Amino acid sequence: MATIDIQAHTEVHHDDHEHEHEHHGNFWTNYIFCQDHKVIAKQFLITGIFWALLGGMLSVLFRLQLGFPEANLEWLRPILGGWITADGKIDTEFYLSLVTMHGTIMVFFVLTAGLSGTFSNFLIPLQVGARDMASGFMNMLSYWFFFLSSVIMFTSLFLSTGPASGGWTIYPPLSALPQAIEGSGLGMTLWLVAMALFIVSSLLGGINYITTIINMRTKGMAFTKMPLTIWAFFFTAIIGVLSFPVLFSAALLLIFDRSFGTSFFLSDIYIGGEALPNQGGSPVLFQHLFWFLGHPEVYIVLLPALGLSSEIIATNSRKPIFGYKAMVGSMLFIAILSFVVWAHHMFVTGMNPFLGSIFTLLTLIIAVPSAVKIFNYVATLWKGNIIFTPAMLFSIGLVSFFLTGGITGIFLGNSAVDIQLHDTYFVVAHFHLVMGSASFFGMMAGVYHWFPKMFGRMMDYKLGQLHFWITFVGVYMVFFPMHYIGIAGFPRRYYSWTNFETFNSFADLNMLVSAAAILTMVAQFIFLFNFFYSIFRGKPAPANPWNSTTLEWTTPRNPQHGNWPGEIPTVYRWPYDYSKPGSKEDFIPQHIPYSETPESNLPHENDLIKLEMGDDAIVVENKKH
Amino acid sequence: MMSLIIGLGAVLVLGILYMIFRIGNLVGLVKNEEEDIESGNSIHGYLFMVFIILGLGLFFWYSFAHFKSYTLPVASEHGVVTDNLFWVTMVVIVVAFVIISLAMFWFIFKYRYDKNRRAEYIADNHILEIVWTIVPAIVLALLIFTGLKAWNDITGPASKEAEVIELVGQQFAWTARYPGTKDNLLGHHNYKLIDASNEFGLDLTDKNSFDDFKSLELHLPKGKEVLLKIRAKDVLHSVFLPHFRVKMDAVPGMLTTFKFIATKTTQEMREETGNSKFNYEMACTEICGKGHFSMRFLVVVDEPEAFEKWKASQEAWLKLNPEYMKYVPAALQEAAMINAGIESNTSTAAQATVTAVSISN
Repeated sequence: MATIDIQAHTEVHHDDHEHEHEHHGNFWTNYIFCQDHKVIAKQFLITGIFWALLGGMLSVLFRLQLGFPEANLEWLRPILGGWITADGKIDTEFYLSLVTMHGTIMVFFVLTAGLSGTFSNFLIPLQVGARDMASGFMNMLSYWFFFLSSVIMFTSLFLSTGPASGGWTIYPPLSALPQAIEGSGLGMTLWLVAMALFIVSSLLGGINYITTIINMRTKGMAFTKMPLTIWAFFFTAIIGVLSFPVLFSAALLLIFDRSFGTSFFLSDIYIGGEALPNQGGSPVLFQHLFWFLGHPEVYIVLLPALGLSSEIIATNSRKPIFGYKAMVGSMLFIAILSFVVWAHHMFVTGMNPFLGSIFTLLTLIIAVPSAVKIFNYVATLWKGNIIFTPAMLFSIGLVSFFLTGGITGIFLGNSAVDIQLHDTYFVVAHFHLVMGSASFFGMMAGVYHWFPKMFGRMMDYKLGQLHFWITFVGVYMVFFPMHYIGIAGFPRRYYSWTNFETFNSFADLNMLVSAAAILTMVAQFIFLFNFFYSIFRGKPAPANPWNSTTLEWTTPRNPQHGNWPGEIPTVYRWPYDYSKPGSKEDFIPQHIPYSETPESNLPHENDLIKLEMGDDAIVVENKKH
Repeated sequence: MMSLIIGLGAVLVLGILYMIFRIGNLVGLVKNEEEDIESGNSIHGYLFMVFIILGLGLFFWYSFAHFKSYTLPVASEHGVVTDNLFWVTMVVIVVAFVIISLAMFWFIFKYRYDKNRRAEYIADNHILEIVWTIVPAIVLALLIFTGLKAWNDITGPASKEAEVIELVGQQFAWTARYPGTKDNLLGHHNYKLIDASNEFGLDLTDKNSFDDFKSLELHLPKGKEVLLKIRAKDVLHSVFLPHFRVKMDAVPGMLTTFKFIATKTTQEMREETGNSKFNYEMACTEICGKGHFSMRFLVVVDEPEAFEKWKASQEAWLKLNPEYMKYVPAALQEAAMINAGIESNTSTAAQATVTAVSISN
C-alpha cells in the first residue's frame, strides 16, 4: 500500500495549475449550473432518488388496491383528494394513471436518467482518466433538460384530469383520444412534452459519453484496458443515441395525431357517439416505433447495471473478472441484437405471423450472450475471497435477479408459448425481476460502492447490509408469486379480478405481494437515512476504501474540478489485477507499471517493461486526448 | 387525538432507532471495527445459503402442492401443444435455474472472506467458455424450432369449413356477430354506419348481412374449427380466452384473426373441474380505459348439434331492427326479408315505418 502511494506522488508533476484554481466559483456555478461531471452526476443521482421514491410510492398505492381490495382508503383523501371515491376506494381511472406513471417514472426517470446519468457521468472521466467530459456545457444542458422534463412530468400529476393513463407504452388510439380516457387530455400532452425533453437530455448525454470514451482516454488506456463499466456505458450510450430518436419520432407523430388531425395511428374509430374522420392509420405502426426504442431501452437500463456489478464483483471477490473478452463480446452482441428483437412484444397484436417467427428466432439468440454473462459472474465468484460489502451484496442480488427474471424470458420469447402469457402477470414478474430489480440493485450497488468517491465519506456498512437483506427478500416476495398468478392467466393492469370466475382466486398471494411491497418500500428509508446522514456525518473515506484497481481511486479523497491535482496517471495494465500471484498486495492498480512489479509479472508482461521505459514508446492506440 | 398519539409514537420509535444507530456507531469507533473485514462478513455467506435453500424449498413446495390452483385446464387442440411446450421449457429452465443458483450461492458461501487465503488469479478458460456458449445455444435452438412449428400451425390459414365468428371490442363490452344460418357469410361493415342500434356498422347494401345475428355470449361448437375475426371500434382491446390459450388484439381499422378448435363443452368442463357452476370466460388483455377490468364475455361450448340448434334459434339482427329495412336497396328487399326471417305482416309494418320516416323527413 505504502509503495503505491509514494509512486502516485512521485509521478505527479504539478504543471497543471489552472485546475487548482477553478473551484472558486460561487454557489450557482459550483452546485447548480455546474459543468463538472461529478456535480452533474450527483444532480442526476439526487433527482433519480426523488423519482424512485415517488415511483415506489405510486406502486404501493396500486398494490393497496390489489392486495387489500376491501380496505377503506379514506385516510388517503388528504393526499389524493377526489381520486378516492365516495366509498373509500381508488378511482379506477386513477388506478391506470398510477400504473402508467409508475412505469414511466421507473423506466425513464429512475433507471435511465438516474442510473446511466449518474454513473456514466461520474465514472467515465474518472475511469478513463480524463479531466471532464468532452463538452461540460452539453453535459450541463443534459441535466437541465432532464430537470425541465422532470418538472413537467411532475406537474402532470396534479392535473384535475390526471396524468397520462394509457400505460407507459402509451399505445394509441387510447393515448390519442381524450374521449377514451381522461388522462389522454392534458396529462398525455405533458407526458409527450416531458418525454421529448427527456430524449433531448438523453441524446446530449449519450453523445458526450461516446465522445469522451473514444477521444479522452488517458495515456495507455487502450480499449482493451478499459474497465467493464466503461464498456457498458459505451454500448449503452450508442444504443440510446440510435434508438431514442425513434421514440422521438413516434411521440412527434402522436402529437400530430392528437393535435393536428393527422391519421398516422388512427383509423376507423367510433367513439363517444361519433365516427372520427381518421382513416388509413395503423395503431400497430406506433407499436413498432415504440418498441424499436422500447426494447433497446431494456438494455439501456440493464447494461450500466451489469457494468457496475462486474466491477464490484471483481473487486470484492478479490479476483479478476472471469472472461473479460467474453464479457465485452457478449455486451456488444446484446447491444447489436437489442435492435432486432423489438417485435417480440407484439406477437399477438395482429402483426404478420411470419414476423413473429423471425423475432422468436432473434429473441432467443439474445439469451445466449445473457447466459454467458451469468456464467462469467458465477465463475468470478468461484475461488474468490469474497467480502460482503453492501455494494457486493447488491451486485450478488443483481446476478440472482438477472438469472431468475432472465430465464423466464425463454417462455415469453417463444411466440407460441407467449400467446397465453402475453400481458399477464407472468410478464410483470419477468421484466420487474430482470430489468427493474436487477437494474435497481445495480444502481444501489453503484451508490454504495462509489459513495466514498462522490462525497468523501463512507456510508454506514451495517445499515447498508440491512437495507440489502430486506430489499432482496422483499423483491423476491413481491415478484416471485406473480409467476404463479401469471400462469393462472391473470391479466395485467386490472383494477380487480372479481368480475371473472376464472380469476377469482389468489387473494392470498396478492395480499402477500402487497405486504412485501410495502415492507420493501419502507426498507428504502433505511437507505435514504444512510445516504443523507453519511453525506454530512459519515466516516471520512480513505482515497481507496475497497482496495480497487481502477483510476478513480487514484484521485484525492475529494477530487476537485479536473479530478487529479497533478498529471493524469498513465495506464499500464488491465483493471483486474486482483490477487495476482507473487504480488504482496492483493491488488495492483492500473497505473502501476510492470517495471515495478517484477515479482508478479507474467512472462509476456515482462516484455512490456521495455516499452514502458521510453516516454513515448508506450503502446497506446490513441494518442490524442 | 388518535392520529396525534400515533404521530408522537412514530417520532419516538424513529428517535429510538436513531439513538441505537448512533450508539452502535460510537461503539464501532471505540472497537475500531474497520481493521477487521472478517468480523460479521461470514454471516452473509450463511444467510445466502439459508436464503437459497429456503427459497428453493418454498418454490418446489408451492409449485407442487398448489399445482391445481395456478394451472388452468386446457380446452383447445393447439392449447395442448403450447401447454406441452410450456412445461417442457419449464423443466429445462428449472434444471438450469437450480444448478446455476446452487453453484452461485455455494461459491458465495464457500469462498467468503478468509484473511489466510488468497483468491486465485483465474482470468479465463476458453474451453469452459465455449462449452457454456454452445450448450445453451443448442438447447435454445431445440426450443425455438418446436416453438416455431407450433406457431406456424396456430397462425396458418383456417380451413374453408371453419365456423366464422366476428368479435367486436368497444369500451367496455364485447359483442359477437355470427354469419347467420342462411348464407353462412358475414356481411360487410363500415364504421361510419355505426349508430346507437347498428352497433356493428352493418352495411345493409350487402346481401350477406341480412341474416347476420348478434350475440352477447360467445357460443362455440366442440370439435369444429372456429375462426375468430376480431376488430375494435374505439381503442385497442385484446381477446383473451384463457382456457383455450387464445389471445389476439382487437385493433381499430385492422382485422385480426385467430383460429382454434375447442375440445371440451362447458358441461364436460364442469364435470372435469367438479365445479357445477363453471363457465368459460373471455377477458380483455390490452389496456383500454377505466373499465378494462370488467370486459367479461361469457363463452359457451356446445356439442355441434346443440350449437347448430342454438344458431338456428337466434333472430337476425335485421329482424330485430326492422326499421333498418329502409337502407336495403329496393332490389334486395325481398331477399332481405327472406334471409332475415321477417314475416310479411311485420314487413308491412316495416314498410309503414319506412314511409313514416320518409314523411317525417
